[in-house]
Amino acid sequence: MPPSPPTTTAPAAPAAALDQPGGASGRGRAAVDSNLYDSVRSRFPAGSIVPAAPDAGVDQPTWTVRREVLADLAHQLRDDGETRFDLLMDIAGVDFPDRPERFESVYHLYSVPRNARLRLRVPVAESDPVLPSLVPVWNAANWAEREVYDMFGLRFTGHPNLSRLLCHEGFQGHPLRKDYDPAKRWLLTEDKIYKPHFEPTGDFDASGGTPDGGTASGADGGAAGSLSPGTAGAASADDLFERMTINIGPSHPAMHGTFRLMAVLDGETIVASDIEIGYLHRCFEKMCETHTWQQVIPYTDRLNYCSSFINNVAYCRPVEQLLGVEVPPRAVWARTILSEFSRIMDHCVCNGTTLVDAGGLTNFWYMFQPREEIYGLLESCCGARLTVSYCRIGGLSQELPPDFMARCRRLLEIIPPFVSDVEKLCDRNRIWLDRAVGVAAISGAEAVNWGWTGPCLRASGVPFDVRRAQPYDLYDTVDWDVPVLYGGDIYDRYRIRNLEIRQSLKIIRQLLDRGMPEGPFIVDDPHVALPPKEKAYNEMEAMIYHFKLIMDGIQVPAGELYLPTEGANGELGFYILSDGTAKPYRIKVRPPCFPMMSTFPRLIRGGSLSDAVISLGGLNVVAGELER
Amino acid sequence: MTPATLPTLGTPASAGAANGPAPPPPYPTTTRPYRPGLAERLYLPLIGGLMVTMRHFLRNLFRPGSRYTIEYPEKRRDYSHRFRGHHILTTRPDGSVRCVACFLCAQACPAECIHIEAAEHPDVNIEKYPVVYEIDMLRCVFCGYCVDACPEEAIIMSNNYDMAYFNRDQTVVGKADLMKPYTFDEERLGYRPRYPEEEVARAKMRREAFSLVDAARQAQAAAPRPPAAGPPS
Repeated sequence: MPPSPPTTTAPAAPAAALDQPGGASGRGRAAVDSNLYDSVRSRFPAGSIVPAAPDAGVDQPTWTVRREVLADLAHQLRDDGETRFDLLMDIAGVDFPDRPERFESVYHLYSVPRNARLRLRVPVAESDPVLPSLVPVWNAANWAEREVYDMFGLRFTGHPNLSRLLCHEGFQGHPLRKDYDPAKRWLLTEDKIYKPHFEPTGDFDASGGTPDGGTASGADGGAAGSLSPGTAGAASADDLFERMTINIGPSHPAMHGTFRLMAVLDGETIVASDIEIGYLHRCFEKMCETHTWQQVIPYTDRLNYCSSFINNVAYCRPVEQLLGVEVPPRAVWARTILSEFSRIMDHCVCNGTTLVDAGGLTNFWYMFQPREEIYGLLESCCGARLTVSYCRIGGLSQELPPDFMARCRRLLEIIPPFVSDVEKLCDRNRIWLDRAVGVAAISGAEAVNWGWTGPCLRASGVPFDVRRAQPYDLYDTVDWDVPVLYGGDIYDRYRIRNLEIRQSLKIIRQLLDRGMPEGPFIVDDPHVALPPKEKAYNEMEAMIYHFKLIMDGIQVPAGELYLPTEGANGELGFYILSDGTAKPYRIKVRPPCFPMMSTFPRLIRGGSLSDAVISLGGLNVVAGELER
Repeated sequence: MTPATLPTLGTPASAGAANGPAPPPPYPTTTRPYRPGLAERLYLPLIGGLMVTMRHFLRNLFRPGSRYTIEYPEKRRDYSHRFRGHHILTTRPDGSVRCVACFLCAQACPAECIHIEAAEHPDVNIEKYPVVYEIDMLRCVFCGYCVDACPEEAIIMSNNYDMAYFNRDQTVVGKADLMKPYTFDEERLGYRPRYPEEEVARAKMRREAFSLVDAARQAQAAAPRPPAAGPPS
């Protein structure tokens, strides 16, 4: 790539018009400077990288990139000492039917050492919807690109296995395109089924384009050659005797939801495997586009249903930021406490079920008792245990119950004994150690390349926590630590969750000691929040607002926003695009378990089949958010 | 898939050479798994674990109250008054439905499970009422948005969570069933509007909202008694 002058003076390309007219810049958002990393940009031709204008109202540094330079740019961004964007958070496709370059592939990058974010927009035309695959740069791009291909029909050259990910193989069309009818139904038959792709193989020309160099992180090794005894052709007689393909799931208790694992076994050792997901796919993102902003909240409950309150918060926060409303302190306080309780609950479920997979049913009972109590607290707040829908845009749906403090205090007393009971049973128990230590291990550097976040990444020695890196709510006002372990195996993933439960309790205790802030539980803005019922009954104006808000919905100003929240599993990001109407233009969820699940074949390679089962539990993969 | 032709797609090798080798990441490139000590290799900590299970066993044996299991259906879980269960259409004191068929609940419903057909009410002050009011319980997600949306407090929720049906036709619950309170126990009403002035306004609202209970009682009292089985002796 010949060096070329910096592109800071390049004229704004028409593709930079994502900043819709009347964008969010008018809502007092601080200007974001996208003219960063000159040394990297100067290596590319003028006009190929266009930073967003400072007044464009973007929430983070944003570049519009020509696809011709994308692959090189991605390498430079990852490797350059100035940028070091080593974590590909997400790839979101967006469809703008009115534009000459109809589709946009939006990459969200994060630099763990520098704690910086960057967004790359790559516009492509409908006539030639082809981009270079970034799998050689970030392994996290593997499934993310497959999802974009599935949902929008963008193709990625050099992708090792560009097939549908969430939709059925027999699905026709691409559901997240704007011209796709949401009510369309297909009769899906079994003659078109997913053909397993046992990576790493060298010959994937059947569906995946040209063979490429394989993965970049040095994850290769072990199995090579033909690994497809189940598929036609390549199996030699030797393979038929030595290797066996076994299928687990999608309806299997070991699969924690509905996944299908196809593993090639050599004896009891997994030589290669592939995983098929999508059995719980319900096109959450398409449903969001047909519902109002407020109506999306009950849907977010069903993403990670083990900690649905965090999903509520993670969705409401970006919308509130686009609206420019300030959540009252009482609601922020309650959100922080309930998020931490939800995190505890999620960790309880994960550890409990992992240990059940390893044969320790007792821990499951111990772990589920605090969870039961937390459900009681949530139910007393909002009237539902699992699908809480307690958040509203601008606050909470109703006042905290009068006994909120007492219940929380009681929980603080009940939870620690159960956690220490489990620790006493397992932490130094050789039966569990033999099963878990060193199994499905992944180093921090590799986990980052695969896009991991959350407790599983922290168990590999990378202290990245959104609550610390980009504090929100009240996390920067309390004293707590980010636990880090270095084993990167199932055992440390289990142990770090117990440590995090204690940190969450510490956060909650400090917030309770601070006392419940006075004031309303939802913002007093009739354009955002429903007026109180007694007002709606008695005052004409409030009644009109009530009707307007329900019939028309909240009008969110045009703009785009990616806001991360620390979910129980890792970074739960919502990338939202608003065109100024009552319905979202596009909502992309960045589910934390999605990249981890894509790593699964790599994790279990070389291990035994029973190790694969507990590996899946330790990753805490929740089908609701994985498949959306 | 057709092979795509893109000009100047960079390869990993060429990109890396432009900038020299990548700086080492500040986090581990290897794993350091936990190393069990001698006691652990001799299974000694298991004794502590066995004591934990024994403690739980004895406690559950002699203090059954400490168990978390609920003997459903003999015992039922106590839910709060905010529980979002089966819907109730409230009634006016005369027993007619309170709903004025304004369609706000159907509009607010994220699951689109409410079906209303409106008609003119004989009373000009009321204007409209629902001829058909159906909730598809299989679609309903029990989010409570209909209760939030209702400007008449005509739809509230009850504490009833054990809904079971024998076939799919029964899952579409009509107006008559929604108006029929499944219990006379006021304590088992669930999610409905709350007011900050707990004392004054809420008491008034309780009287009005619970008029469905009165209405049901009246209706039961007014119903003609079935004739006695045999002649009085």
